[in-house]
Amino acid sequence: MRIGDAKQTYLADEAIWTSSTQKIWFALLLAALLAFPFMASSYLLYLGCLVGIAVISTTGLNILTGYTGLISLGQAGFMGVGAYTVAWLSLNTGLPFPVTLLLAGLVAAAVGVLVGLPSLRVKGLYLAIATLAASVFLHFIFAEWEPVTGGMEGLSLQPAHLFGLEFRSDFAMYFIIVPLAILALLAAKNLFRTRVGRAFIAIRDRDISAEILGIPLLKYKLMSFALSSFYAGVAGGLFAYFYRVVTPESFPLSMSIFYLAAVIVGGMGNLLGGILGAAFMTLVPEALKLLTAVMTPIWPNAPVFMSPMLEIIFGALIVGFLIFEPHGLAEIWRRIRRFFHLWPFRS
Amino acid sequence: MNILEISQLSLSFGGVHALQDVSFHVPKDTITTVIGPNGAGKTSLFNCISGFYKPQQGEIRYQGEALKGIKPPKRAALGLARTFQNIALFRGMTVLDNIKLGAHVHMKTGLLGSLSYYGRARREEMEIREEVERRIIDFLEIDHIRQQPVASLPYGLQKRVELARALAMRPKVLMLDEPVAGMNREEKEDMARFILDIREEWDVTVLMVEHDMGMVMDISDHIAVLNFGQVIAEGEPHDVQQNPEVIKAYLGNSDIDDLRKRLNPDQEAA
Repeated sequence: MRIGDAKQTYLADEAIWTSSTQKIWFALLLAALLAFPFMASSYLLYLGCLVGIAVISTTGLNILTGYTGLISLGQAGFMGVGAYTVAWLSLNTGLPFPVTLLLAGLVAAAVGVLVGLPSLRVKGLYLAIATLAASVFLHFIFAEWEPVTGGMEGLSLQPAHLFGLEFRSDFAMYFIIVPLAILALLAAKNLFRTRVGRAFIAIRDRDISAEILGIPLLKYKLMSFALSSFYAGVAGGLFAYFYRVVTPESFPLSMSIFYLAAVIVGGMGNLLGGILGAAFMTLVPEALKLLTAVMTPIWPNAPVFMSPMLEIIFGALIVGFLIFEPHGLAEIWRRIRRFFHLWPFRS
Repeated sequence: MNILEISQLSLSFGGVHALQDVSFHVPKDTITTVIGPNGAGKTSLFNCISGFYKPQQGEIRYQGEALKGIKPPKRAALGLARTFQNIALFRGMTVLDNIKLGAHVHMKTGLLGSLSYYGRARREEMEIREEVERRIIDFLEIDHIRQQPVASLPYGLQKRVELARALAMRPKVLMLDEPVAGMNREEKEDMARFILDIREEWDVTVLMVEHDMGMVMDISDHIAVLNFGQVIAEGEPHDVQQNPEVIKAYLGNSDIDDLRKRLNPDQEAA
C-alpha cells in the first residue's frame, strides 16, 4: 500500500511522476527499451519498430478523437502526406532526418488544418464522413500527381542520415523511432496538464459551455487537428524511412480504421491506452500467425484452416474487449495498479 | 451606476417570441435576480448576454459598451462569467482541472508551451494553481474533493464546483442560472451565504435566475420579473412582492392574500 504521499509544493503535486517508485519503474522501462535491440531477434526488432511508429500515430489520433472528441478517418492520409514529404525531400534534397521529419509533420499539420475546417459545423459521424472524403482525396493525389509522388509506382528513398551516419537497418531505425515515440508521449502528457489540453477536453465534454467559458471553438479544434496530423506526419515519415519505399497502397483506408480501433481498444482519452492499443493492434495478428506455426506440427492442416480465420479471431477479440472492457486496455491496467496500491488490503 | 443595461431586447425562434422588448438594468455591486414562471425567457436572456443567442432587436450594454458582435469567448474575457441551469461541468476532468479551465482566458500559454511545460508555461500553471487554491478552493470549502473526477460528486457539490469555475474566470458580472435548484435546505443556505460573501469580498455584481422565492427575497437587492418574454415588474424585493401584475403572473388571478402567503412562507409561520 502506498503511503507518505504528501506534497510540499504545487509543482511536485502536478509532476508526471509523483513518487520515487514511479521514477524507478520508468527508469527500468527505459533500460529495458534500451537493452531490447541488443537481445531481440531481427523479427522482434522489426515488430518493435512497427509498434513504435503505431504508438506515435495512435497518440496523435487519441489527441484528436479521444481527447477533443472529433472522430477522424483521415489518419492514414495524414501519415501518407508525411511519408511522401520525407520521400520527396530525401530524393530532392540532402536534408538530415530530424529536418525532414519535422517538415513532414508540419506539412501534414497544414493538410490537417484544411481537413479540420468543416469540424466547426459538423461533428460525430458527419465529421467522420468529411474526413473519409479527405482521405479518399489524398489517396487520389498520391496516385495521380506523378511528378511529385511517382504515381502508382511510388517513391524509393535513401536511408535516414544525420552527420554522415546512415540508419539503414531495423536496429538503427529503432534508435530513431523509440526516442521519438517517448518524446511524443511526454509532449502529450504535458499538453493535458496545461491550458491547451484542458481546452481540448472541455470541447469534447461540452462544446457549447466551453465556448461561453472563453474557449474559441474553431481555433482549438483546428489546433487539435494540426497537432494530431503532426504526429501522423512524423509517424508517416518514420514509416517511409523504415520501409524505404512509399506507394499509394502503403496508406489504405483500412489503416485509418486500424488506428481508430487502436484508440478505442486501448482507451479513448488515455495516453497509456494509446500505447496499449497500438501494441495490441500490431502484435495480436502476429501472435495469431505464430500460433498457427506452433500448431502446424500437431495439426498439419492448421495453415489452411487458420489463415482465413485470423481476421475473424482478431475481430472477435476486438469485439470481446469492447464488451467486457468498454474503457479499453488502460482500464484493465488501472485495476491491476489499484490492486497493488491497496495490497495487502482489499478494495 | 449600472454595469449591465438591457434595452428593448427581442429574440424569437420562428414564431416563438422568447423575449419581447425586454428592458431592465443591473446596478453595479448588487445581487439582481430575474424571476418568472417556467418558459418566461429567463435562460434565453442569459444566453443573449453570454452571446450564445443573437437577439434580433435591442441592445445589451456592459460597462457602457454595446456587446453586439462580440463573440462568447471574448465576452468571457471581458468579465461575464456564468453557471448553467443543468450543470455543465466537464465530466472527464477533475474538480481542480474544471476550475483551472475557468481561468483559460486569463492565461497565455500556447500550443508549444503546453507541449513543452517549460519556462512561462510551467510558471503560469503554478500561478493559476496557487490563485485557485488560495482564493477559490479554500473559500468554497471544496479542498477535500479537488482531485476527484466531477462525475462522482453529489449534485450539491457539483453546483459548488461550477460556481468555483465561474469565479476562476475573475468575473465582474457573475451570472448564476438557478444556483440552488434541487438542493436541500442546508445546501441552499450554504449557497446563499457563498453568494453574499462573493458580492462582499470579490467586488462582483451578481445576476441570478432563481425560483426559490425565500432565497430570492432574502438576498436580492433588485428584482426583474419576466413573463411570456416581457418584463412585467422591476424594483426592490418588497415592491415586486406587492405588484399585482406579478401576483397575476404567478397565480393566474388576483388573489393577493394567497400569493402573499406563497411569497412569504416565513410570515405565515409567524
